[in-house]
Amino acid sequence: MKNICVALCIALTFSVNKVYGSEAGMPQLDPEFWPAQVFWLIITFSVLYLIIWKIFLPKITYSIENRKSRVVNDLDEAQKLKESAEKKLREYNQIIENAKKEAKKIIEESRKKLDQDIENKKHKFNNDMEKELATIEKEIKELKKSSITNISKISAETSSEIIKQLIGTEINKSNVVAIVEDVLKKNVNKHI
Amino acid sequence: MQQFEVYKIGPEINLGGINLSFTNSSLFMIISSGLILLLLFFGTKKKSLVPSKIQLITEMSYTFVAKMINDTAGSSAKTFFPFIFTLFMFVLFSNMVGMLPYSFTVTSHIIVTFVLAAFVFVGVTVLGFVKHGIKYLELFVPKGVPIVLLPLIIIIEIISYLSRPVSLSVRLFANMMAGHTMLKVFGGFVISLGLLGGWLPLGFSVALTGLEILVAFLQAYVFAILTCIYLNDALNLHH
Repeated sequence: MKNICVALCIALTFSVNKVYGSEAGMPQLDPEFWPAQVFWLIITFSVLYLIIWKIFLPKITYSIENRKSRVVNDLDEAQKLKESAEKKLREYNQIIENAKKEAKKIIEESRKKLDQDIENKKHKFNNDMEKELATIEKEIKELKKSSITNISKISAETSSEIIKQLIGTEINKSNVVAIVEDVLKKNVNKHI
Repeated sequence: MQQFEVYKIGPEINLGGINLSFTNSSLFMIISSGLILLLLFFGTKKKSLVPSKIQLITEMSYTFVAKMINDTAGSSAKTFFPFIFTLFMFVLFSNMVGMLPYSFTVTSHIIVTFVLAAFVFVGVTVLGFVKHGIKYLELFVPKGVPIVLLPLIIIIEIISYLSRPVSLSVRLFANMMAGHTMLKVFGGFVISLGLLGGWLPLGFSVALTGLEILVAFLQAYVFAILTCIYLNDALNLHH
């Protein structure tokens, strides 16, 4: 392909030369100015090379590196900020979580305390009540007992008195007591 | 062929019997170099964080060449970045300046491209021998080739190596010359066919100008990338 191109261009060159008929051959192949061209090429290129190498490339490198490092720094900083923000958020969440837990605990504790208190009070109240009841019962029992003996005594006395009045003689007191007690025993359960 | 004519400007300079006169070729070399320096000067003047357009162009050409070197020759070729950058810019600007009417295309002369290519060739060869010593000759012995074929392959490799400067220089020179000649031929047709039939070649001329600008860039790129590839051979010696 390249060869065809070159051949074509050379053919074109000749045809154009024939058309215009100005000069013979290609000026490129005329060695008259070769040394001059080489000489000036070397000078120009060397000067250009030195100036670009020593002056301009460091500037461009500096500029590009500067931008790159700036961008990297900015990104780093952004990353850092993001991380710290996330940390803060986590901390904040933690605090809220802790506060919630604490509140729950406090509520729980107070409730327990209250329950305990209520329970204690109830217990104490029950105890007291029971004690009270027991004493009352005891009192009642005593009362009952005393009343029975009193009754038996009174009834024995009354019976002996009645008998004395009825028959005019004193009878054996112990006999009367025994009978009264017997009767009482039979009837006491009926009434009390 | 008038556009390829070299003529001297100013007095004749003669050094030891050799004619080193300042010519239009020299003038356009200096113009190209001046344009490059101008671009770089304005491109690096401000060094702002957000680049201006001209700074962007400079930095883009910088990163373009840097990436090209990195991709083809590896990071060890960074030392040669200034040279390849200069080479690329010089060829590119010479080609582009040559696209202007009535200007002279420095790179359309075989002697100019050949000197550039020969310098690259000699430089790369010297570098290869300095870096690898006699082992650099292993470049001509590809791995995994049957012994029977080896002599033939070595001869072919040597010929291909030696023809590098020729192919490098002829490629650039021929492309530039062919393009400019074509432009001139179609331009001539426009004149000779006149107002009646000249429109078709005029259209061709316009299209060819666009194509030539592409070729101007492409050839500068090819020149630079081939230099990188040769450099890679010399530096890394893998085949």
